[in-house]
Amino acid sequence: MSVATLVRAVEEAQLREDRPQIDPGDSVRVHLKVVEGTRERIQIFEGLVIRLRGDGLRRAFTVRRIGAHNVGVERSFLLHSPQIDKIEIVRHNVVRRKNLYYMRGLTGKAARLKERRD
Amino acid sequence: MLSALLGRKMGMTQVFGPNGGAIPVTVIEAGPCTVTQVKSTASDGYEAVQLGFGTAKLKNTPRPMLGHLGHTLQATPSQRRRQQLQQQKARQEARKKAAEAAQTTEAATETEADEAETTGASAPKGEPRIKSAAAKRRAGSGQALGPFAVLREVGVVGGDYPDVGDVVDAAMFAVGERVDVIGTSKGKGFAGVMKRHGFHGGPRTHGQSDRARAPGSIGPGTTPGRVLKGTRMAGRMGNDRVTIKELEIVQADAERNLIAVKGSIPGPNGGLVMIRKGSQVLAAAARGAERSYRGG
Repeated sequence: MSVATLVRAVEEAQLREDRPQIDPGDSVRVHLKVVEGTRERIQIFEGLVIRLRGDGLRRAFTVRRIGAHNVGVERSFLLHSPQIDKIEIVRHNVVRRKNLYYMRGLTGKAARLKERRD
Repeated sequence: MLSALLGRKMGMTQVFGPNGGAIPVTVIEAGPCTVTQVKSTASDGYEAVQLGFGTAKLKNTPRPMLGHLGHTLQATPSQRRRQQLQQQKARQEARKKAAEAAQTTEAATETEADEAETTGASAPKGEPRIKSAAAKRRAGSGQALGPFAVLREVGVVGGDYPDVGDVVDAAMFAVGERVDVIGTSKGKGFAGVMKRHGFHGGPRTHGQSDRARAPGSIGPGTTPGRVLKGTRMAGRMGNDRVTIKELEIVQADAERNLIAVKGSIPGPNGGLVMIRKGSQVLAAAARGAERSYRGG
């Protein structure tokens, strides 16, 4: 068997079918499973997808949100991670780049994006 | 029990562990391997099993190897030509003798003609010599195996020998087991001391030039007046046999002949590797054999 088939065979079992298709520029709500002692609760991280990379089980994305005191907070997740309960897409925005690193330099009104109508 | 199996490195990826963390894994196509020879103390002075792995084209396999694997060898073109010439010569001589016999009818007896006929008949019938040698070897092993891309010897522990022709596959490994993976590292060519030995190089600032990757001093001066043997210097790096010990098997799939081990292993994707059971597994197997030997 070819290299790709065998490597995929290893990943297959853990690929999550329930993940939505997310694109750079999407506003998303990531529902995270957080374990506190023996209790498990859901924490939500909401923001803009500024990066999407990798393939198969290694597919990963980075979400940027503006936290307290106007501090930008970025968090990267593995798309198929069992630590993610679910991902909600809030809205699609019009962007022309794959990596939205330019958003890091923009604040307030300048950081607004147009919603995609399609 | 066989101590090791041959395989091919397929590439790296990651899987999620029990608590959700990502574990880096290397996927290896392990086996199937065919036992091509069993070596014993009696016949070879040590105990081992020779395994064949991968497939090779018949036409690209050396004839000595085919003979070893129990194949019937066809005569080579030059051998065939020689046989044809011999047969031709024998026929010519037979014809000549027959003609002579016919000419000198009064002198020729029936027996002479018979003699000519028998020599003419026996010479072309001779089978190619090499075939008989192969047949002799075949009598020992039985079937024709392979041909294989590689043949490698692996050790055996705790008795329990396989037979020639047996196929061993990834089923010999279980999830959670520890294995050593042996391969040939990627060649790096002529590498400097920073890359090859992890030297720090020289200062880059304060007026330095041409010193950033230099090795520095390679020893004292007049005493001893020479460079000590083994001093680490630049040179060929990589393309060495490398063993990575005690890697954990994260996934094993005997059906697809694949195993996934935690961490990296030497060599390029597609490179040949040997997967050996971990030292503790081997030691346990060896102990088991000793106990059964003492018991019996």
